[in-house]
Amino acid sequence: MKRVQFEHSAVPYLFIAPQILIISIFFLWPAAQALYQSFLLEDAFGMSSQFVWFRNFEDVLTSSSWTRSAIFTVVFSVLVSVLSIAISLFLAVRADEVIRGAKSYKTLLMWGYAIAPPVAGLLGIMMFNPLMGDLYKAFNSFGFEFNHIENANDAAFIVILIAVWKQVSVNFIFFLSGLQGIPKSVQEAATLDCKSPERRFWTITFPLLAPTTFFLLVINLTYAFFETFGIIDVSTKGAPGGSTATLVYKVYVDGFLGADMGGSAAQSVLLMIMVSVLTVFQFRFIERKVHY
Amino acid sequence: MFRKTLMAAAAVFAIGNTAQAATEITWWHAMDGALGDVVNQITEDFNASQDEYKLVSINKGGYEDTMTAGIAAFRAKNQPNIIQIFDAGAATIINAKGAVKPVQDLLEANNVNFDINDYIPGVRYFYADSDGKMIGMPFNSSTPLLYYNKEALDKAGVDVPKTWQEFEAAAPKLKEAGYTALAQSHSPWIFFENFMSRHNLQMATANNGYDSTDVEILYNNDALKDHWQHVKDWKDAGYYGYYGRAWGANQDAFVQQQVAMWIGSSGSFGGLRKSAQFDFGASTLPYWEGTGDAPKSTFIGGAALFAFSGHDAAQDAGVAEFFKFLTKPETQYYWHKETGYVPITNAAYELAKEDGYYKESPDAEVGITQLSEEGGEWTKGYRLGFYVQIREVIYREVDKIMNGEETVDAAFATIEEEANGLLKRFNDTYSN
Repeated sequence: MKRVQFEHSAVPYLFIAPQILIISIFFLWPAAQALYQSFLLEDAFGMSSQFVWFRNFEDVLTSSSWTRSAIFTVVFSVLVSVLSIAISLFLAVRADEVIRGAKSYKTLLMWGYAIAPPVAGLLGIMMFNPLMGDLYKAFNSFGFEFNHIENANDAAFIVILIAVWKQVSVNFIFFLSGLQGIPKSVQEAATLDCKSPERRFWTITFPLLAPTTFFLLVINLTYAFFETFGIIDVSTKGAPGGSTATLVYKVYVDGFLGADMGGSAAQSVLLMIMVSVLTVFQFRFIERKVHY
Repeated sequence: MFRKTLMAAAAVFAIGNTAQAATEITWWHAMDGALGDVVNQITEDFNASQDEYKLVSINKGGYEDTMTAGIAAFRAKNQPNIIQIFDAGAATIINAKGAVKPVQDLLEANNVNFDINDYIPGVRYFYADSDGKMIGMPFNSSTPLLYYNKEALDKAGVDVPKTWQEFEAAAPKLKEAGYTALAQSHSPWIFFENFMSRHNLQMATANNGYDSTDVEILYNNDALKDHWQHVKDWKDAGYYGYYGRAWGANQDAFVQQQVAMWIGSSGSFGGLRKSAQFDFGASTLPYWEGTGDAPKSTFIGGAALFAFSGHDAAQDAGVAEFFKFLTKPETQYYWHKETGYVPITNAAYELAKEDGYYKESPDAEVGITQLSEEGGEWTKGYRLGFYVQIREVIYREVDKIMNGEETVDAAFATIEEEANGLLKRFNDTYSN
């Protein structure tokens, strides 16, 4: 019998072409441009430019505000991801057990998903307005000396609170559908074997949810790195003292507001490298522990 | 925003269809809300005043958005004829060689009479080059003013302080009467830039940056540090309210009568008249008696209009025609009355006086009086690159002074170091 030999045809390439095109136009080309720009000192209007090798990177990496911002970004991203995953997992498990009025609970928990980050930021910061914010008043009436205008930790608390609140509903949707995907037979078998619900959760449910959790971890870290920009811009603007400025926010301030093209391009390249390293790390080391 | 764009697009089409003979010129500006309505009215009036040109004005968001949109459009060779650029961004556009045509050249080339002395002193040279040639046409110009709650001052039995020494005497009495004495809304603009101008202190080398981009900042000086040490002490004593960097948060404290006096912009007047439920007045920016040679006039804040290069002569003629219309006393008086920004020409100021506007509302004159005060060597303005980022550094360090994370000395050392780093970057970028 003759061995089947598939002809190399253009068809598969044709099928992936749209995707490649989209990636090229919206990612590869701008990324290459940013990389090129990061080696230039160029005036905002493009009237003159010069190639300066690593000058922009040097200026960025030696600035204390960038280092502070990088540390904050990492701490912020880890806290936002872990907290929003943990809270939404808890809520999803609880909501999954509810029988009466389950739909209303679930709908209410998903609502936050529809709110744009800047709106969430605005709502949050208004609640903490020193002159009229209810939460601000409540915190201070309990005896906390809460003051996000001056205290860096308090400001970080607000930004994290808003970012987590906004993300919980997204995660909730994924966890809930993940939970509903666990076969009833498995759960019933587990109930016969073990009567502690807590233990059942950690030995049966959670491992079965691992792919969802891993997916959400990747998504949440990206969210915390990039999409929280809108929240920060309308709530703290990086204050006090630049303590709540994430790296993306700094790119915006230097590039968009300050018109420093080379400097902000260098910052975006560094950011790109950081996120790539993080993603590779996640897929190589964490994904190994996930069983599909 | 989308609706606005749509309307603007519709307007463009309508104009394209009906008035093909008219040369169209576009103006991108940063005035929204009530200010945007006034801009639209001026645009309509200009279009009605002649039929050779059709001006289309488009709001591009805030100052920064407008500048960014202009930069992107220029790089794509699709720039508007006129763009509004704010004070801190002026160095970026002026130093990009060939990006704009100096308004003075543009007006003279189109036979519009131009004399820089027609403009009021505080405004005259702010957007000019080192030879005194006007590059940007001053548009919305404001200056920092002290607003005070009359009832609060009466209750405490104090007069409006003219100097910071008088303020220090009044502050404890205001505190006793239940008020925080003072707040202000823009640390870099009010307590840095205008502090230097008010006391006639040099702000940067190379003639405040007008002569060269190779320049160093002179903020790290005893007078300014001393002032900030006082501000910090006032805050600790409960005389000064710090509500963060947001303009509105500090203004709200005044509107809600927690704070007895507030330093904002002369352009804040109209808004306060609507929001404040009490009788308030406006006064000049206080100064330290005996520091520098205070009191001298303050800088303007706000923005100017620049004419982008790369357009044909007919369109440039239209831009010149519009600038001529814009600087007419009647237009300026209308702008001044509707917005609270100062009239930029002496003739417009005279017109407002003749019309009895200041008899009706005397507070509206305080801003222009302050800008017309005696000028000194260092009151004409500044031209510093990456100044937007320098203001960010200032905001950041002021936060640290206020929360005690840093001493005044340490904060000013950081400001000096980082600002000079930014200025050097700017010089390396723009000087060749």
